[in-house]
Amino acid sequence: MTSSLLEMRNVCKRFGPTVALEEVTLQANAGEVLALVGENGAGKSTLMKILSGALRADVGDMSIDGVSYRPRSPQDARAAGVAMIYQELNIAPHLTVEDNILLGQERGRSGWLNRRAGRQEVRTALERLGHADIDPQTLAGTLSVGRQQLVEIARALVTNARLVVLDEPTSSLTGQDVENLFRVISRLRNEGLGVIYISHFLEEIRQICECYVVLRDGRMAGTGKLADSSDAEIVSSMVGRSVDQLFPRVERQIGKPVLTLNEVAGRKIPRDVSLELSQGEIFGIFGLVGAGRTELLRAVYSLDEIASGSVRINSLDASHTPRGRIRAGVGFVSEDRKREGLAQDRSISDNVTLSRLSPYSRMGWLSLGKRAAAVGRWSARLQVKARDVEQPVSTLSGGNQQKVALARVLHQEAEILLLDEPTRGIDVGTKAEIYRLMGEQAASGKAILFVSSYLPELMALCDTLGVMSRGRLREVRSMSQWTEESVLACAIETE
Amino acid sequence: MMRRFAFLEKLGPLLALVVVVLVFATADAVKEDGGRFLTQRNLRVILAQTAPVAVAALGMTVIIISGGIDLSAGTAIALTATMLAYALRENGGPISAVILSVSIGVLCGLINGALISLLGMVPFIVTLGTMTTFLGVAKIVAEETTVRPALDQIPEWLGNLVSTRAEMLWFGLPTGVWLAFVLAAGLAAVLHWTVFGRHVFALGSNEQTARLCGVNVTATKITIYAISGFFIGIAGMYQFAKLSSGNPVSGIGLELRVIAAVVIGGGSLSGGQGSVVGTLTGATIMGVIASGCTLLDLSNPIQDILLGVIIVAAVGLDQFRQRKMSAA
Repeated sequence: MTSSLLEMRNVCKRFGPTVALEEVTLQANAGEVLALVGENGAGKSTLMKILSGALRADVGDMSIDGVSYRPRSPQDARAAGVAMIYQELNIAPHLTVEDNILLGQERGRSGWLNRRAGRQEVRTALERLGHADIDPQTLAGTLSVGRQQLVEIARALVTNARLVVLDEPTSSLTGQDVENLFRVISRLRNEGLGVIYISHFLEEIRQICECYVVLRDGRMAGTGKLADSSDAEIVSSMVGRSVDQLFPRVERQIGKPVLTLNEVAGRKIPRDVSLELSQGEIFGIFGLVGAGRTELLRAVYSLDEIASGSVRINSLDASHTPRGRIRAGVGFVSEDRKREGLAQDRSISDNVTLSRLSPYSRMGWLSLGKRAAAVGRWSARLQVKARDVEQPVSTLSGGNQQKVALARVLHQEAEILLLDEPTRGIDVGTKAEIYRLMGEQAASGKAILFVSSYLPELMALCDTLGVMSRGRLREVRSMSQWTEESVLACAIETE
Repeated sequence: MMRRFAFLEKLGPLLALVVVVLVFATADAVKEDGGRFLTQRNLRVILAQTAPVAVAALGMTVIIISGGIDLSAGTAIALTATMLAYALRENGGPISAVILSVSIGVLCGLINGALISLLGMVPFIVTLGTMTTFLGVAKIVAEETTVRPALDQIPEWLGNLVSTRAEMLWFGLPTGVWLAFVLAAGLAAVLHWTVFGRHVFALGSNEQTARLCGVNVTATKITIYAISGFFIGIAGMYQFAKLSSGNPVSGIGLELRVIAAVVIGGGSLSGGQGSVVGTLTGATIMGVIASGCTLLDLSNPIQDILLGVIIVAAVGLDQFRQRKMSAA
C-alpha cells in the first residue's frame, strides 16, 4: 500500500545565469524508498536545499499529503514532517544521546524539563529503529559515526517526520554499519514513512530502493522502477551528455617518471595507492565524493600524514612536509579556494609569491617593486582580470581567484602539479583557458596529477586516468582504454 | 575503560582541590610556627575570600559552556559596585541601591548579548570593547575617584556580607558564602533541568546543529549574557562589601581570575563543557593557593606563578579531553 506523500511539480532554480534545477517533477510515496541519483553537480544538493527550506524555488510548487508545502526555514520543514539527514552529521558531541535526540523538541512545562517524558520518548524512538541497545545517557561524541547517524534518525522520529531524506548516508560508514542502516531504513518504510535516498552507488540503491529518479545538469534524465531498469540504462541516463568542444589539444611527449607512489595509505583513506606520473603527462583521477581523491593529493603533498607506503619524487625519498615538497618541485592547488587555497584578504602579489619569495628578497628584505613587476607578468600571462596586483584576492571572481592559485604553482616553478578540482565553480570561458594552460604546461614537460569530479574534462585532457572508490585506486588505464560508462561503472563499484 | 575514565574526569577538579589542600596542609604542619592552615578559622577565611570570584564565575560558566567569553566581567563588576556605592551615598536606600546595581549588571550583559547575537560579532572582540566602555562609565559615575558612602549609610547585612567576624556568622559561615551556595544550586538546577539549560550546552557543543534543530540561537545567547550580568551585579555587591566603597578600577584584571576559575573547574573555552560544581571547585582552588602561600610566607610573585601553572595544566587537560572526543 503506497500513497503519494511528497510531490514536486516543475521546480526551477537559477543562480544568476546558471541553471541549477529545471522543471523537476517528482513524487515520493509513503512506505517507499525513492532513490535520487546523479553525478556531482547534477543538482541533487540544490533539490535537498529547496526541500529543507534553505533555498526557495524560483518556479514550481511542492505539496505534502496534498497540502501546499513552502518551507522558509529548517523549522518549517520539521513542522511539515520533513527530516533531512546530511552527509555531515549534525550532532552536539558533548550532549548525551537523549539530549541530542530531543534537541529543539524538549518535553516539559514552562521551561522546566520533564525528563521522564523525554526519556520515554527517546526509548520509543530507539526501539522503533530496533536499537534499544544504544544507551541514551552516553555522550554522543563517543559513539561511532554509524551510531551518531542513528541518533539523527531517532531525532527525526521524535519530530514526527513523515519523510526522511538521507544524503549519501553510507559515505563514511563501514560495511557492517551499512547493513545496519539498511535494516533501519526498511523499518521506517514498513512503518509507512517515505524515504528519499541520495546515493551514487547503484548496488546500494538496488538493495534498498524501489523507484529511482536521475538528475543530470539540473534536469530529470530518467525515472522508473529499479526492477524494470538495468544498470547500464541508469548509468547512461546519468552520463548521456554531449562533451563540449572546449578542450584544446596540445601535442606533447611523455618523458621519464618523476613521481612514484608505492602503496600509499593515509590514516583512513587513501588506501594502498600505487601510481607513476611522468614528465609531460596529465594523469587524471576520477571518483565520487568521498572516494579519497582529495585525501590522496593531500597525502602526496604531505598535508596529511602517510600511515604506510612511500612517495618518491624524482626517485628521491623527500622530506614529509609541504615545505619539503615545494623544495622538491611539487606544487599544490587546493579544491578549497576560500579557506585553504588562497589567503583571501591578501593581495594577488602576496598570494602568487608566498611559496617562493627568494627572487625578491635580500637578507630578508623584500623588493616590493620587483615583485609587483614579476606578478604583473604572471597575471597578464594568465589573463587575471584585476585592477592591479595589490588588490585583495577576495575581490576577484571565482575564475580569477583560481588563476591566481595556478599562478602561484607556476611562479613556484614546480615540476609536478597537483591540481584538485581546478575548474570547480568557475565559468566555462575560464575553464577553457585553464584547460589550455594545463595542456601548455604538460607540453613544456611538467607532470600533472589532475583530480576532478567532472568526467568530460578528464576524458578530454588526460593521457592516463585512474578511478578511485572508497579510498582505493581501483583501476588505471590509458585514456583510450576508457569510456564514460566504464569509468562510472568502476567508480560506483562498492567493494 | 572509557566509562571509568569519564568518571575520573568529572572528579578531576575535586581531586585537584584535595591535592592542593593536602600539599599546603602538609607544608604548613611541617613548618615551625605552622598548624594554622587547616583551622576552622582559616577555612572560613578562604571561603569568604573565594565567594566574590565564585559568584561572578557562575555567570561566566554559562557563557563558557555556550562557547562564548566575557572579558568585560571585571570592569562590569566594578561598575555595579560603584553604582551601588553611589546610590547609597545619595541616600537611595539599601534595597533600591542593590536592585539598581544588579539591574546595571543585567543591562551590561544584555548589551554584550545583543551585540554578539544580533550583530553576529565575536564575543572576544565585543567584550574587549565593552570592557573599557564599562570602565569609562564607572569613572564618570565616580568622578574619577572612589565613591565612599558614610558608614551609617551602609546597612549591616551588606557591610558584613563576607565578614568572618564571629558575631556576623550564620551557621558557622558568613552570609555571603551561603548566598553563593544558594545561587550555585539555583544555577545548577537551571542548567540541568530546564530546556534553556540544554540549549546552552547544545549551543556550545555545535551551534549549527542547535540552529538546525530549531533552537532560537539569538534569544538563547542574549539570555545567557543577561543571566551572567545578574551574577555580575551580585558579585559587584560582594566587591562593594569587601572595600566598603565603589572603586571603578578595582575590577581591572578580575575577569581573568573569573575565567580561570571556570577553566580550572573543567570548563572548555571551545564550549560544550563546564559545570557549576567544577567552577566552585576551581574558584576554591585559587582561594586555597592564595591563602596557603600567605601562610607559608611565599611571596606574591610565587602565588602568581603557581596559579599560572595550574591554569595551563587545566587547559592542557581540556585539550587532552577534546582530542579523545574527536578520536572516538
